[in-house]
Amino acid sequence: MTLLKTLAPYDFPSSDAVENYAGRQLLYINWERHRMFSRPFVLALAPETLFGEIIDTHMTDCFSYHPDWAQIDWRAVRWLNGSRPVVLDRNKSLADNGIGHKDLIRLITPGLDGIAGSGY
Amino acid sequence: MDMKVSKKLGLKERYTMMTRDLAWDTTFQPMDKVFPQVGYEGIKIHDWNAWEDPFRLTMDAYWKYQAEKERKLYAILDAFNQNNGHLSVTDARYINVLKLFLGSTPPLELMAARGFSMVARQMVGAGPRVACMMQSVDEYRHFQTQIHSISNYNRFYNGLDEFAHQQSRMWYLSDGKSFFDDAITAGPFEFMVAIGFAFEYVLTNILFVPFISGAAYNGDMAAMTVGFSAQSDEARHMTLGLECIKFMLEQDPDNLPIVQRWIDKWTWRGTRKLASVGMMMDYMLPKRIMSFKEAWEIYFEQNGTALFTDLARYGVKVPKCFDQTIEEKEHITHQSWIGFYMKPDATPFHTWMPQPEELDWLSEKYPNTFDTYYRPVYEHWIAQEKAGKRFNNKTQPMNCQVCVSTIKFNEPGDPMEMCFRETVYKGEKFHFCSDHCREIFEDEPEKYVQTFISSHAALQGKCEPEGTDVNAHDYRPGARMHAYWRMDKRASGDFNGSEDQKNFAKWRAQATQN
Repeated sequence: MTLLKTLAPYDFPSSDAVENYAGRQLLYINWERHRMFSRPFVLALAPETLFGEIIDTHMTDCFSYHPDWAQIDWRAVRWLNGSRPVVLDRNKSLADNGIGHKDLIRLITPGLDGIAGSGY
Repeated sequence: MDMKVSKKLGLKERYTMMTRDLAWDTTFQPMDKVFPQVGYEGIKIHDWNAWEDPFRLTMDAYWKYQAEKERKLYAILDAFNQNNGHLSVTDARYINVLKLFLGSTPPLELMAARGFSMVARQMVGAGPRVACMMQSVDEYRHFQTQIHSISNYNRFYNGLDEFAHQQSRMWYLSDGKSFFDDAITAGPFEFMVAIGFAFEYVLTNILFVPFISGAAYNGDMAAMTVGFSAQSDEARHMTLGLECIKFMLEQDPDNLPIVQRWIDKWTWRGTRKLASVGMMMDYMLPKRIMSFKEAWEIYFEQNGTALFTDLARYGVKVPKCFDQTIEEKEHITHQSWIGFYMKPDATPFHTWMPQPEELDWLSEKYPNTFDTYYRPVYEHWIAQEKAGKRFNNKTQPMNCQVCVSTIKFNEPGDPMEMCFRETVYKGEKFHFCSDHCREIFEDEPEKYVQTFISSHAALQGKCEPEGTDVNAHDYRPGARMHAYWRMDKRASGDFNGSEDQKNFAKWRAQATQN
């Protein structure tokens, strides 16, 4: 239950409701144990976007600066949506992969722990 | 005939006449209609006269003291500027501290001035009203003197001219803006706990170490004098914040859980705000004073423990976040610098990799963490720079819904893992940097769903020229953020090779050689 106390009615819309994104949705991407990128990055994409396109363009553009990117064994990778393990198909869309507005997709690459195993 | 000389008033009597005797209870309108804000937060006050005025400063004396401080300050600023004092700083990298300071601090002093002026109107008792009014004027003075001391640098260096425009728009200034927006939209008592107590009393020393001592250590007499000129005001502010806490707790036992929740919330929010301040101490001051970790131990752990031991008699407990901040003191400055270094196009100040002796200093100051987690990535980046591949992350950040920091902190207990927290409110997902921020959200979700996150606003097309189609195939988010931020490109990028670096070297050579 909210603890908010006010002197007058208080009802304001969320700044980032999905309606504000003109048919797109927000998606956050993080590569676990590669903290060189400091924080996840955010995209606004149509729900029909193929997940493979996100890997091949957005993730590759950003993460290929890291020497581990070229070492990834894509058959071994695992994914989380927030803290929940999920199976993602690169040939399916965001919607068909069950990825909704403001979901955080985390890539786990077993055996790759960043520069000198530092997590960075 | 003897002259009848009336007895001079003692300080206490004079104070009473100049403050409390000037106040009155309204009769045309009931008091609770004139002062509605003091009731709605749930704080119960039975006797406003029980408020102790620790300083007993009257307005006329206040103006006299402040005017004297101003005279001294501006004499020094003039001398410093006329003497090309900017060339006496240790190294041109130091000027980037001023750039970050200018964007992040004076605008918040202005917010504090607004906040205390509101609280001065909202409070019932004459004692707190006068004290808040004085603090409001102080904060306004700090806002002005900070800008005046730095304005001389604006004649010579890039990136100082649009701080007022940038304050409410730039990603890395959103944490401070959000901190004050949150405080000023709370009621008067929560504002006093947020700013008067958590920030001024518990955390302000950490802010003063890099700026005032940092200025002194690095040859910036202008900024140093501004700091000293503010220090006696700060002593008064700290006392006001503490007095307000004690007053609330003494008035009614029901106030304790409310006050405790505010202490927990605002100590955490202040701690998050200080991550970038700590980064200045560890990375940006060419001549360092002490590490952030050492400062945290002295000013937060030791002083904070003493303070909360004293407050224990009122039933107040140490803020919930205390243990987490102790763990994080080993990490947050490095995590912040990594976040800034990787975005060279997105700040109106320069970043750089530490020099070899600076890496060694960090190893020495952070023996538990630096060599394991941070040195390897820095050495990698230094090698990349030499190969002409300086890191430049072009992506847009994910931010915490409450503190608006980029989500860059580690999972407690595991420095290799990121800390993520989320919750769902009215069908929408919200993300946080920590348990503490999630709890703040869950207590008052109606408030924090409105948070301004610049990367989100950009993706909504709000940071684009009128008529931009964010669904167009060739639309590139963030591509025009420079224009939106009014960023001078000369002010961004790596320090090495910057115009500031070259000019400083040239002008200093002119001052010291034929």
